[in-house]
Amino acid sequence: MTEPDQKHTPPPARTPVRARPAPVTLANALPWILGGLFLLAMPFIFQSNSAITIMNQMAITIIFALSYNMLLGQGGMLSFGHAVYMGVGGFLCVHIMNWGDVFALMPLPVLPVFGGVFGMGLALIVGSFSTRKAGTIFAMISLGVGELIAACSVIIVAFFGGEEGISGDRTYGLPFFGVEFLHQIEVYYLTAFWLMLSALLMFLFSRTPIGRMANAVRDNPERAEFLGYSARWVRFYSFVAAGFFAGIAGGLFAINYEILTEENLNLATSGQILLVTFLGGVGFFFGPILGAILFTLLQTVLSLQTEIWQLYVGVLFLATVMYFPGGLAGVLMMHALPLRLGRAGLLVGPYIRTLVPAVVCALGAASAMEILFHLRHAALGESEMTLFWITFDSHAPLPLAIAAVAAVAGFWLARRSAPAMAEAWHKASTPHGGAA
Amino acid sequence: MTATPGPPPALEIAGLKKSFGKAEIIRGVDLSIGAGERHAVIGPNGAGKSTLFNLITGRFPPSSGAIRLHGHDISGKAPFEINRMGLSRSFQITNIFPRMTVFENVRCSLLWAQGYRYSFWHMVNRSRDLNEGAEDILEQINLTERRDLPAGVLSYAEQRALEIGITIAGGANVIMLDEPTAGMSHSETDYIVNLIEKVTENKTLVMVEHDMGVVFGLADRISVLVYGEIIATGRPEEVRSNPKVQEAYLGAALEAEH
Repeated sequence: MTEPDQKHTPPPARTPVRARPAPVTLANALPWILGGLFLLAMPFIFQSNSAITIMNQMAITIIFALSYNMLLGQGGMLSFGHAVYMGVGGFLCVHIMNWGDVFALMPLPVLPVFGGVFGMGLALIVGSFSTRKAGTIFAMISLGVGELIAACSVIIVAFFGGEEGISGDRTYGLPFFGVEFLHQIEVYYLTAFWLMLSALLMFLFSRTPIGRMANAVRDNPERAEFLGYSARWVRFYSFVAAGFFAGIAGGLFAINYEILTEENLNLATSGQILLVTFLGGVGFFFGPILGAILFTLLQTVLSLQTEIWQLYVGVLFLATVMYFPGGLAGVLMMHALPLRLGRAGLLVGPYIRTLVPAVVCALGAASAMEILFHLRHAALGESEMTLFWITFDSHAPLPLAIAAVAAVAGFWLARRSAPAMAEAWHKASTPHGGAA
Repeated sequence: MTATPGPPPALEIAGLKKSFGKAEIIRGVDLSIGAGERHAVIGPNGAGKSTLFNLITGRFPPSSGAIRLHGHDISGKAPFEINRMGLSRSFQITNIFPRMTVFENVRCSLLWAQGYRYSFWHMVNRSRDLNEGAEDILEQINLTERRDLPAGVLSYAEQRALEIGITIAGGANVIMLDEPTAGMSHSETDYIVNLIEKVTENKTLVMVEHDMGVVFGLADRISVLVYGEIIATGRPEEVRSNPKVQEAYLGAALEAEH
C-alpha cells in the first residue's frame, strides 16, 4: 500500500481552480434551450405521421428511462418492476378519459399529472418496505411486486380490463385553446412539452440535497449513514420521485395510444427499460436519453430492415454489459478526463487501429447472420438477397465465406490491438502522468 | 483534564460489552473522555479497538453497557442518529464515495449539518454557505486542485486526507479516527498528523492508532486496550512507564518501532 516516494502534496494545478458555481448561467441553460428548440423543429424535418409516432414513442421512453435511472443510476437500486408505476399511471389516465363528465372539463395536457400522482402513490406504498435495503433484496422485491401487479391485471378486471386491457378516447377532453388533439402533431407537442418539463424536473432533482445524497448512498450507503443520512429514507424519496415520473410517462402513453393492457405492466416491459437505460448509460443524467433514442430507432427503423433485429439488440446489450458498463454515455464521458488533462491526443491512433477492425467484424458477423437467416427462412426458390446495397445469391458459398472471413479477421485484429487501446486510455486519464 | 462538576464528559462509556456469538470481544470497558481532549486507544492486534469504535459510532449495537455523548445515551442508536448528535468518524479502510468528485464528497458531508435534510426544494449549487464551506474543507485538506476528479482516482494518501475531510466537514465536535495513518510512508504520516492537529483544534478527538510516534505526539491521554479490556488510561508518560502496559504490549511495540 505504501509508496514511499510518492509525494503527499498534490502537484500544482494544471488548470486554474474553477470559480464558485454561479446560479444559472447560459452554459448551464444552453443544453436545455437547444433541446427545446430541437423538439420544436423536429416535426418540420420529419413530417410523416409514422415519424411523428416514432418521436412520440421516443419521448415517452425517454421519460420512462430517466425515471428508471433515478433508481438505477442515481440511487443504485436495480428494479425489475418499474413498468408497474408507468402502467398504473396510464391505466388511471384511460379511466379518466372514459369518465365523461370529468374528462369533458379537463384539458388533455393536464392528464399526465394524474398518472404521475397515481404512480407516486403506488411507489409510496411499495417503497415503504422495498427501500429498506438496496442490492439483491430490493431487486427481488421489485420483481415480486411487478409480477404481483401484472397478475392483478386479470384479477382486478374493473381497473385493468383483463386480457384486452382498457381503451379510451383522448378527444373527449376539454379543448385546449381550441386544440382537440385529433392530429398526431398536436399530440407530439403535448408529449414534447411533458418531456422537457419532466426531464428538467428530474435533472433539478439530481441537484437537490436529496438527489446528491442518492448518489452518495449509491456509492457507499454505510458512509452516508455516518454523515447523518438514513440510507433507507434517501432511497425511499428517490423511489417515490421515480414513481411519479414513471406515472407521467404512463399518462403520455395513454394519450398517445389510447389503450393500456397487461403488456404495460409486465416483466418484459420492466426488463426492456432496464436494457434501454443500461444501453444509454446509467452513470450520467443524459445516458438514458441516448439509450431511449437508440433503442426506439432500433425497434422501429432496424426492425424494418431486418427480421432479426432483436438479436442485434441482444448482442449490443451483452457487449455493453461486458465491455462498456458505462453505456453510450459512459463511453462518451470516458473522454472527459483525458480531455481535461489535455492528453486526448494519445488516443487517436490506438482507437483507429482497434475500432476499424471491430466495425468490420460486426458487419461481417451481421452479414453472415443475415445470409444464414435468408438461407433458412426465405421462400422456396428465392435465393437472391440484398445486403449493404449488393445483391447476390444467398445459396452460393462465396458471400458467406467473405462475411465469415471479415468477421474473424476483424475480431482477430481488434483483439490484438485492444490492450494497446486500453493502455493508451489509461495513460491519457491518469493525473500522475502514469505513475500511480 | 476530566471536568468533574461542570458539563458532562464528551464521551462516557460504562460497562460496555460486546459478544459475537460466544466470543466476547469487548469485555467491560469504562472510559471517560473530556471535551477538547485528544485521546488515543492503543493495543495489540485483535484487542477490539475497531469493535470499540464500531460500538460507539453505532455500527454495531452493544451487548450491554452504556455509551453517553455529552451526557445523552447513544447506545443502540443508528449511525445517522449518533452523527446528528455531533459525533463523526473515519474508517480504517478508506470509506469515501468513489464515483463522486472530491468536491461532491465533501459537500455531501456538509448537507445534514447545514440543515438541508431530505430537501428537494433547494439547489445545492445555489447555496453559498454550502459551496464555500466545501471549498474551505478542501483547502484545509489540501485537495483544492483535485476538486473535480472522481474520488476513486486519488492516490492513497489523498484518499486518506479526503476521508478525514469528510469526517470533519459536518462540524461534529467529537471526531473519531480509526487508524488515520495506516499504510502510510513517513512523509505521508507527517502530513496526516499535521492535518489532524489542524482540523481537530478545539474538538474532542478519539483515535485508534498503531504508530507510536503519532500516538505520543498527538494524544493528551492514552488508553491501552488488551483483549477487550482497558488495562491502563493516563497521560502518555504515565502509560509509557506503566509496568502492566510494558508487559502486555508497549514494550514490544516500542521496540518494533526501532
